[in-house]
Amino acid sequence: MTVQAHPDSSHEEHHPRLQHHFETMEQQHEASQLGMWLFLVTEILFFGALFLAYAFYRWLYYDAFIAASHHQNILLGGINTAVLIFSSLTVAMSVYYSQTNRRKGLIVMLILTMVLGLAFLGIKAVEYHEHFEHHLFPGPNFQLPDAPGLAAQAQMFYVLYFFMTGLHAFHMIIGLGIYTWLLIRAMKGEFSSVYYAPIEIGGLYWHFVDIVWIFLFPMLYLIGRHY
Amino acid sequence: MEHKPRTIEVESESEHMHHVTPPSLYYGIFAALLVLTAITVAVAYVDLGWLSTPIALLIATIKATLVILFFMHVRWSTHLTWVIVLGSFLWLGVLFVLTFSDYFSRGLPMN
Repeated sequence: MTVQAHPDSSHEEHHPRLQHHFETMEQQHEASQLGMWLFLVTEILFFGALFLAYAFYRWLYYDAFIAASHHQNILLGGINTAVLIFSSLTVAMSVYYSQTNRRKGLIVMLILTMVLGLAFLGIKAVEYHEHFEHHLFPGPNFQLPDAPGLAAQAQMFYVLYFFMTGLHAFHMIIGLGIYTWLLIRAMKGEFSSVYYAPIEIGGLYWHFVDIVWIFLFPMLYLIGRHY
Repeated sequence: MEHKPRTIEVESESEHMHHVTPPSLYYGIFAALLVLTAITVAVAYVDLGWLSTPIALLIATIKATLVILFFMHVRWSTHLTWVIVLGSFLWLGVLFVLTFSDYFSRGLPMN
């Protein structure tokens, strides 16, 4: 069997974005998608270790975790959840507009996604500011006036809270960098219905970050708090 | 230029270049995610005893599944992608099950 890097010229003129080790744009697209998913597997396990630490300490320090989570701002957390879900919609729409060759729609969706990402980070900053003011940052100034006996254990909740939401926010910042790059390329008109893998793959990353938040929100804001 | 004829794919079952998900489906998923978020917040204010954590996690899992299947297009992806996606949760399960079976078998938490 002869292996040819390109379909021969009688077949089809190949797309300038087709790399030599792929036969078709479709094959190249699927390889990119699969590669991105492999990366996301490592990300799932990366965050998974923190989820595990959270589950373990919540089980160990149950009462302290309940007391600590009563200091969480459900309203701001809820708004941020909605902001991220909305940004996932704009990301999904950016894929749709690139698949249908609508550059203007694509650019609008990329900008909207970035605006929503920045809004998320802004709201997160307001929350962090509140925590610092209320002495909820772990360390020598940590205070839990309503349950001083549990303060030592409640610090563990806030260690995990700042670690998990901080790592999540760091991913958002990287996501904003990726979307800046996608926006520049989209404005140059580099994407089309045949070549839109970067839009799709950037989107997979953004959706993954959204999924992490979908779990962080109930874990850090909701399940301790009730009635 | 965009309408050049497609390569004849002998082995591929799919006839389309890629699946184009209609926006109406995206809007539907978006609405479902918002409704589920509202439900999980509302449920947090109801005393469900030990059930509150499993219910919150169940709702989060449904939301994540919707995002993965539709927004991330896994629903229309190749079988290999499915294997990778499901595999990641399998490994996550190994991480949790082995770690907790260790702690449980050592009698933690100690009161």
